[in-house]
Amino acid sequence: MYRYDHCDQAMVDARVAEFRDQCQRRLDGRLSEDQFKPLRLMNGLYLQLHAYMLRVAIPYGTLSGAQMHILADIADRYDRGYAHFTTRQNVQYNWIRLEDAGDILADLASREMHAIQTSGNCIRNISSDHFAGAAADEVCDPRPYAELLRQWSSFHPEFSYLPRKFKIAVIASPTDRAAMKLHDIGINLVRNNEGELGAAFYVGGGMGRTPMIAPLIREFVPLDQLITYAEACLRVYNRHGRRDNKFKARIKILIHELGADEYRRQVEAEFEHLLAQDIEPPFAELERLREFFGDPGFEDLAEAELDRSDPEFALWADRNTHPHKQPGYVSAIVSLKPVGGIPGDATSAQMRLMADLATQYSFDECRVMHTQNIVLPHVRKADLHALWSRLDEAGLATPNLDQIDDIIACPGLDYCSLANARSIPVAQKISQRFAANGKGDTLGELKLKISGCINACGHHHAGHIGILGVDRKGVENYQLLLGGSEADDTSLAKITGPGFDEDGIVDAVETATDVYLANRADGERFLDTYRRIGMAPFKEALYG
Amino acid sequence: MIILTGNDLASGAVTWWAGSEWSRDVADAVDVGEEADAIAAREEAARRVNVPYAIKAEIGPDGTVRPAHIKDRIRGLGPTVRPDLTLKPGDANAVHEVI
Amino acid sequence: MVEHSAVTQSEAEGRGPEARPFLRFRDDDPVGDPAVTVDAFLGQGNATAVRIEPGDDTRDLLPHLERVALVEVNFPSFGDGRGYSAARILREAGYAGELRAVGDVLVDQIAYMRRCGFDAFEPGEPLNADDVDAALGRFPHAYQQAADSAVPIWALRHGKGAGDHDG
Repeated sequence: MYRYDHCDQAMVDARVAEFRDQCQRRLDGRLSEDQFKPLRLMNGLYLQLHAYMLRVAIPYGTLSGAQMHILADIADRYDRGYAHFTTRQNVQYNWIRLEDAGDILADLASREMHAIQTSGNCIRNISSDHFAGAAADEVCDPRPYAELLRQWSSFHPEFSYLPRKFKIAVIASPTDRAAMKLHDIGINLVRNNEGELGAAFYVGGGMGRTPMIAPLIREFVPLDQLITYAEACLRVYNRHGRRDNKFKARIKILIHELGADEYRRQVEAEFEHLLAQDIEPPFAELERLREFFGDPGFEDLAEAELDRSDPEFALWADRNTHPHKQPGYVSAIVSLKPVGGIPGDATSAQMRLMADLATQYSFDECRVMHTQNIVLPHVRKADLHALWSRLDEAGLATPNLDQIDDIIACPGLDYCSLANARSIPVAQKISQRFAANGKGDTLGELKLKISGCINACGHHHAGHIGILGVDRKGVENYQLLLGGSEADDTSLAKITGPGFDEDGIVDAVETATDVYLANRADGERFLDTYRRIGMAPFKEALYG
Repeated sequence: MIILTGNDLASGAVTWWAGSEWSRDVADAVDVGEEADAIAAREEAARRVNVPYAIKAEIGPDGTVRPAHIKDRIRGLGPTVRPDLTLKPGDANAVHEVI
Repeated sequence: MVEHSAVTQSEAEGRGPEARPFLRFRDDDPVGDPAVTVDAFLGQGNATAVRIEPGDDTRDLLPHLERVALVEVNFPSFGDGRGYSAARILREAGYAGELRAVGDVLVDQIAYMRRCGFDAFEPGEPLNADDVDAALGRFPHAYQQAADSAVPIWALRHGKGAGDHDG
């Protein structure tokens, strides 16, 4: 894991002092709300439905046990004993007092954490593959590059008042586990024909009001030009992105309007110019960062078979583990999706348990997934049963990774001031329905994603089944979408037709799965069947 | 009726204009009629409220104030998925009444 | 920021140090000429001061920099960040004259503006002097290369000290 040096610590400490001062100036009236708002947002502080909400950055989703512990402590000390893990691999607190914000940031800084640029029209927290450093299929660990980008983008003087927010994801494997092409910049680390590492830049993807899949802007950026190329991408956007309409201000709209070829031409020209400015970090810095993400000390183990005599454990192991590059190890997924629960929420006690289990079983490391679960990346297979037992006692071992009840849901109208409808109750009812009728276990991989408004924090465009909550004359209404994917086969879901009320949408989801079960060919996932048979049979069943 | 709501600047808590001060309880909200903008401007300038805004509301069958929009009704109670954290943790019906 | 001890001065007579309508971090005399629009500047050969609006293309000025003594960059609203790119582009092209941020310039932004190459500020609302000093002295380092002389953290880590800019 990356560790701060005195420079990183001094910068984060300075930010704490700065934000304390800004909060004080707001409290004593020297700053108006209009002036304070962009400042608090750049420290992740929102004014939400019930209180202030604080979003804490978890760079590329990686946390140490001590960091998870302080997150739990903050939940108890300043909030109401729980926190919410988000689709951007961050964590949010829902009941924060402005008066406490400085103290919370100081607590975070004591464990090398912060809330810098977790909101606002700036470069946000860099996300990455939650199996980084563990997955067998990666060409390298993407996190040193994500960390380099984190440092480059922190307090960036030119790019802190962009037309709109800016999200970057970095992956390094052919399998996309981070929705890379649905980011403002998606970077895929690849090897060229000469075997050299470089970065493919996909620019202009996103969900939200106008979902778009990012086009490939450059196939291969050499690693010693990575930051310069990113700077060029951002400068073209900062200068020419639309500022006349907030709904058209994301980079995807600029690229859509210019065309990918013209955007590429402008970026290449800016890139040539910036190469001469010599802004790239020394390559030794990249080498320094790589040192932090090496082998944590894996044992030489023989590949082992699990003892499958306990069927509950065997089911969990089948569903909630992922192959590891190191023989004898797996990555284990802690489910934050109990049947009827609130997707992504964890109590402080659960967070402390996950922290301790990470320390005990996973080289003191855990990861936040964009699907709102937690990964313990490096678990010895020999320890897996013991780990599962501890998780099971705490309600954290629901065997449902990528099943229909592993639902992504944004906070929705229960917490969010932008939402049009509640998301969480819909998720709760769907998971309860499929647990009760037993169909859940027959469906296989089925990614269901719910957003409470068009901003799409719940990634509904990328769900095999997506649900979008809308406001229909003051009443919650839910649209059903089918056929999205955030993986390497990225696609955008399509709306089936007229929306449903809260109970109706639960029925509609069941109807859609019935169509799948009636039509699926051997080995097909829901998404495969949908792609083969198209929308018509689903529409017929839903509205016919 | 027109009522005025906002958040407490320091704590962020949802508040309602009760005629002479801000209350945490929507039941205390009073009709501000034409005065909404004036009260909001004065109270915000004094930092007794943050981001105040006026909304429509009605008096419900049981005599209590009911904001017209579900968003403000949820603000008045708390998250419907965590009844334990609402202003009426012991009232099993409270969640159903706001929806 | 590294240069917060630079010379500052107050233009307005009779105002105490608590309010500074005009901040300047240069030793030369301020340019008195009124700034003209980019179009006007390009159309007339004798103007020495020009004002860039957010929609202007700063690069139109680059062929003419030797006759420019003052560039004002207008921030009609503090959230419009195009002026930061304008400033860096001018400094990257070698412009060494006065670069003045005008308009909706707030104290919490001037540190970033300094890093992008601004060396004078004429805010619509005067800035509190203590807040200015706090803002400019706040951050001990900078992560990335910009238009100022700050040595990025990643260069400091690998043996580059202040004043050592090459490579």
